[in-house]
Amino acid sequence: MKIVIMGCGRVGAQLGGLLDADGHDVTILDVDAYSFRRLSSTFGGTALLGNGVDEAALKRAGIEEADVFVALTQGDNRNVMAAQIAKHIFNVPRVICRIYDPLRQELYDTLGIEAFSPTTIFAQLVKEKIER
Amino acid sequence: MYIIVVGGGRVGYYLARALLDEGHEVLILEKNARFCEIINEEIGSVCVHGDGCEAATLTDVGTGRADMLVAVTGDDEDNLVACQVAKYKFNVPRTIARIRNPQNEAIFKKLGVDVTVSTTNIILEAIEKEVPTHPLTHLLTLSDKGLEIVEVRIPPTSTAIGKLVKELSLPKGSRLALIIPRDRKPRMPTPSTVLHEGDQIIALTTPELEGALRAALAGT
Repeated sequence: MKIVIMGCGRVGAQLGGLLDADGHDVTILDVDAYSFRRLSSTFGGTALLGNGVDEAALKRAGIEEADVFVALTQGDNRNVMAAQIAKHIFNVPRVICRIYDPLRQELYDTLGIEAFSPTTIFAQLVKEKIER
Repeated sequence: MYIIVVGGGRVGYYLARALLDEGHEVLILEKNARFCEIINEEIGSVCVHGDGCEAATLTDVGTGRADMLVAVTGDDEDNLVACQVAKYKFNVPRTIARIRNPQNEAIFKKLGVDVTVSTTNIILEAIEKEVPTHPLTHLLTLSDKGLEIVEVRIPPTSTAIGKLVKELSLPKGSRLALIIPRDRKPRMPTPSTVLHEGDQIIALTTPELEGALRAALAGT
């Protein structure tokens, strides 16, 4: 599959590495070239400097042929905007988006973006660990 | 009307003041506590400290009964999300977003924002309206042939208005190729074609004759 990831933070870099190792065609986008240091030395995909809320940058990343788009920057709103551009402008079949704020996550989930909130997931996980 | 303004920067501040003067109920949401204090000192308690993109904050300020939400922060993404949360979670009938990147206009409309205001576009339009654009524009230069194709728009002050093409004192070596009237179809000029104000003329000339051509078509 052709996968475009926006945000090369810890999660983005790790996800990119895993998908690349599985043989997917991965392009990872970040506004800060320094963030690409997080990619492992074996990463065989493309690291591209650019802003995921910018149509031109998304096109350069190959969004038009992408099967999956994942938004993983630190900004909830930036993720949400990029995810919606991917879904509604470029018609990417699968769009996944990280939203820290649980309430916003619920809203965008109902608006058709596959959104997940690390806040909710992690809180649940810790709770289960404690109560086990 | 109850109007919520997201973003208490200069735009938000002056907008709120104007809306208050018109008798509306106005509330500003601003993330920066210091900005909030200043606004509340200057125009009364209208500013609440909080993130206008957060549903919890919007619930607190009674967004459900708002008639309009105007998002004027300096970030396009934030303005988009504030409008979408207001529209889809609180059913606010009208949302307005300020945008910085003119390209976002179409995207925002598609994503449900009712009105977008692009400062960049407004300034551009003002420039085009207020400042008469240069009457002669270069379209194509055939440098090795010493020729160029230019576009000249007939300004309202031109002495060429009302004249026939054959009456113009066109420099020898330049030719009019096409006349595009403002609201009619383009046509090939004949010696008896009459020129009108606002006509757009595509002409062939040499760089040396450019000045004379401009004088013949756009001179006063």
